[in-house]
Amino acid sequence: MTLDKLKIGQSGRITSVGGEGALRLRFLDMGLIPHTTVRMQKTAPSGDPIQILIRGYELTLRLEEASEIEIEELSE
Amino acid sequence: MVFALVGNQNSGKTTLFNALTGSNQHVGNFPGVTVERKSGEVKGKKDCTIVDLPGIYSIRPYTQEEVVSTDFILNEHPDGIINIVDATNIERNLYLTLQILELKVPTVVALNMMDEVRENGGSVDVEKLSGILGVPVVPIAAAKGEGISELLEVAVETAARKVMPTVYDFCNDGGAVHRCIHAIVHLIQDHADMLGLPCRFCVTRLIEGDGDMDVRLGINQNEKELIEHCVVEMEDSTGLDRNAAMADMRYNFIENAVAESVVKSRESKEHKRSVAIDRVLTGKYTAIPVFIAVMFLVFWLTFHAVGQRMSDVLAAGIELFTQAADRGLVAYGINPVVKSLIIDGIFAGVGSVLSFLPIVVTLFFFLSILEDTGYMARIAFVMDSMLRKIGLSGRSFVPMLMGFGCSVPAIMATRTLSSDRDRKMTILLTPYMSCSAKIPIYAVFSAAFFPHHAALVMIALYVTGILVGILAALLFKSTLFRGKPVPFVMELPNYRLPSAKSVALLLWEKAKDFIERAFTIIFLGSIVIWFLQTFDSRINVVSNSADSLLAVIGRFIAPVFAPLGFNDWRVATSLISGFTAKESVISTLAVLLGTSIDSLGEVLGTLFTPLTAVSFLVFTLLYTPCVAAVAAVRRELDSAAKTLSVIISQCVIAWITALVVYTIGGILF
Repeated sequence: MTLDKLKIGQSGRITSVGGEGALRLRFLDMGLIPHTTVRMQKTAPSGDPIQILIRGYELTLRLEEASEIEIEELSE
Repeated sequence: MVFALVGNQNSGKTTLFNALTGSNQHVGNFPGVTVERKSGEVKGKKDCTIVDLPGIYSIRPYTQEEVVSTDFILNEHPDGIINIVDATNIERNLYLTLQILELKVPTVVALNMMDEVRENGGSVDVEKLSGILGVPVVPIAAAKGEGISELLEVAVETAARKVMPTVYDFCNDGGAVHRCIHAIVHLIQDHADMLGLPCRFCVTRLIEGDGDMDVRLGINQNEKELIEHCVVEMEDSTGLDRNAAMADMRYNFIENAVAESVVKSRESKEHKRSVAIDRVLTGKYTAIPVFIAVMFLVFWLTFHAVGQRMSDVLAAGIELFTQAADRGLVAYGINPVVKSLIIDGIFAGVGSVLSFLPIVVTLFFFLSILEDTGYMARIAFVMDSMLRKIGLSGRSFVPMLMGFGCSVPAIMATRTLSSDRDRKMTILLTPYMSCSAKIPIYAVFSAAFFPHHAALVMIALYVTGILVGILAALLFKSTLFRGKPVPFVMELPNYRLPSAKSVALLLWEKAKDFIERAFTIIFLGSIVIWFLQTFDSRINVVSNSADSLLAVIGRFIAPVFAPLGFNDWRVATSLISGFTAKESVISTLAVLLGTSIDSLGEVLGTLFTPLTAVSFLVFTLLYTPCVAAVAAVRRELDSAAKTLSVIISQCVIAWITALVVYTIGGILF
């Protein structure tokens, strides 16, 4: 599944990072790389963008951007 | 000795910079770009300068901020780098550190926010971390001023003795990335040494494949193919593409370094507190109402309770000073034309702009609090989906909203936007938000022509401005600013109390900047307008303003407005004078019609019908921003040609919109 499909409170482990150009490099620089664990924290009132917890800090990205990141769901 | 201060956004970089330099700061731009360049003399150390580079997460050549930072380090050869690292977010911060170490410049890592780490039960084995990274590491708490003098001492020592980072091999697992990097090092070492470029940095650039590193190094086709071969082999055996493989290598190194030297704290109380605050501030049902309330409060305080009051006081002070100067000049018996230049030209022009100063400062006070506490990032988060529809990101919301108060601070506030594209587009859209200086025009006209529907007319004008702005945004999105909007992958930092010192320094800097502008560009502008008002075409002083050069220009321009229904030189002249300040539209009309502002409404009927009044209002709503706003645009866009095109396009759009309104109105009524 992709990162945007994660339910609030759920965690997942990144399996692959897509996207192109600046977006992709931004992902990598912010620490969104394979094997990293992320947790879905919340969404903005309109449902987009989303807020995730990664490497101990809060990061926001748009659904469209999050859909470029493949994850495997982690059971609690 | 020159030091570059480098670090992530939200790492406390500005706080550290302020702690090191105090108020000895100099603010400018990096050449050719609108990225702010701040430098300052270190307090208590002679000949020691710190250049505050923009907050970045990486030194790839993708954003302007990254490019100027890398260029500064490579081309201006600072004696040392102070790399600030947020210890509460150490993994992501060290990612930049690893890239900095490759630049082969004497570097010190300032491990910031150590107080928070300790309070939450964490610790960092500084010596061990220093050993792993191969550079000195100094724990500090910039906000409390802890460790600053130690940091400075270590930095000066490291730079004076030219102690280079000893570790630059982050691929120490002997794997595919390691093989690739080392193979390329062998290939290009000579090229890099000859050019005096740091070899490891060049290798990284070559592998990551961005920029023109191969050209700079003068690599031939054969070598190029060899490099590509190495990289492809690395991609094949890691199963990752080049960029991911390099990022993976760096984060692996960091994870190991952190595992060896850092005892992670439990979930920090700052983070817990932030999550709790966010339950309200970005909550599903509470976010928008809270945002509206906060904005309303900021607006009310700035444009009414505090800023406006202080502004009125200052304006009264300037008025008193002007009168005193007037009396003084009369008593001295100075030539009346010179007196007119000083009093009616310079004092009136500079004074009226200067009286905006308290509003600008108050607004920046609130903006800096919103920014430094971390709420601005949340506003962007909440508002993003709305603004994306017109091709902008959430960050642009606040500057545009400020435009309803005054375009000048609003345009200045676009500095808080991290993307150049968004910044420029926001600057171009801000003038569509009807500023408060136009309120007197709306008020006089709607009282004269629509006494029973004045509020409705006002609202309709504001909505028209916003709608035309949205249309312009959609047009920009598909023409000037085509291409993908910048990624919205953004950190939401923990809420923190801003430091009083940082806020005070920022206000001082903005005030200084504003005053400087008032006495340069506004000063010149005032003299030009005064000249046009005072003299006729034969450079004789006019006794009746109807004979002045300004009126000549007004007569010349008036036919342009014929299709809009108000072909009268007095109206055209008032619009020209509105360029100095929008309030002048009303005062000029009053002067030219030989009446006072209070009774202007009664006389306006001789010049306008209700329909042409509406057409005129629509035109004033949209035509060129005032000279102070244009000066701000000029500064932020850093281009006279672009600024001129802003003025022209605003006028053209205003003319077309007014024509549409006038034509449709003529058919309907």
